[in-house]
Amino acid sequence: MNELLKAVEAKPNENIPPLRTGDSVSVHVKIKEGDRERIQEFKGTVIRLRKGKNESSFTVRRLASNGIGVERTFLLRSPRLEKVVVERHGEVRRAQLYFMRGRTGRSARLKQKFEE
Amino acid sequence: MIKGLIGKKIGMTQIFDDQGVAYPVTLIEAGPCYITQIRRVDRDGYGAVQLGFGEVNPKRLTGGQLGHLKANQLPALRFLREFAVKENDLKIGDKVTVAEAFAQGDRVDVIGISKGKGFAGAVKRYHFHGMNATHGTSDRNRAPGSRSSGTTPGRVYKGSRGPGHMGMDRITAQNLKVVLVDAEHNLLAVNGSVPGSRGSLIMIKEARKQ
Repeated sequence: MNELLKAVEAKPNENIPPLRTGDSVSVHVKIKEGDRERIQEFKGTVIRLRKGKNESSFTVRRLASNGIGVERTFLLRSPRLEKVVVERHGEVRRAQLYFMRGRTGRSARLKQKFEE
Repeated sequence: MIKGLIGKKIGMTQIFDDQGVAYPVTLIEAGPCYITQIRRVDRDGYGAVQLGFGEVNPKRLTGGQLGHLKANQLPALRFLREFAVKENDLKIGDKVTVAEAFAQGDRVDVIGISKGKGFAGAVKRYHFHGMNATHGTSDRNRAPGSRSSGTTPGRVYKGSRGPGHMGMDRITAQNLKVVLVDAEHNLLAVNGSVPGSRGSLIMIKEARKQ
């Protein structure tokens, strides 16, 4: 890739560990309210990773009250992301977990995967 | 200072501003340019500045081109283009850089030569709808259809749209916002796309319609 392109693109955020689909994560997002800045947490499961250097993104799905699913897509290199914490890895066989969209309650859980 | 530059299209990417908003941008390696000639109203009938861009091996230029540049002790420049200007405090030999010409938030017009598409059909060239995919259509899916009426007028009106050569035209992308100016790398990032392929010659001017 062109070196000049790299010169202006955002650097990877050091507070974001490598993510995998199925991970339970907590995303800390900076939110501006008037002139005040605060951190909002968004907790859920990573159901999609889109790799592409500067344009990488990931989608986090969580079940809100009444079993309503909420999905949010974040740009991986966005300066609005304060940090991402991986709470546990889920055991999955797919790259995209769209099947989670049809699931609520007990069936919407993933088996935990432990590191060797 | 003159609000115009010659540059080279680098490619597209995405950059963030300090608010965290992502902009799709086209990067242009803009300048540095040299003022190679000045057109004056009293002498030439119009006011303009000729800018030169792209230093090359002097062997690449013809004797006439070299003579034109050498008369003012300028390096061998590959591209020369005129930009209309009103002010006449400019000097031949002056260097123009991105940081001097444009600032973040400016509106610019970007001129380039669009990518050539060859001999294109009416669907690609003028967004004709083509014909039905089914209902008995055979081999006519992308045909332009009728071009005119029958015996009266008995001819096709001039200027009616049809297949033909597409692309390789001089196109101006108007009123693009300057998202970033990088003086160190002579880079200019404008919001949105810009005509032409990567590496093609680009002219940047102050926007006409702001």
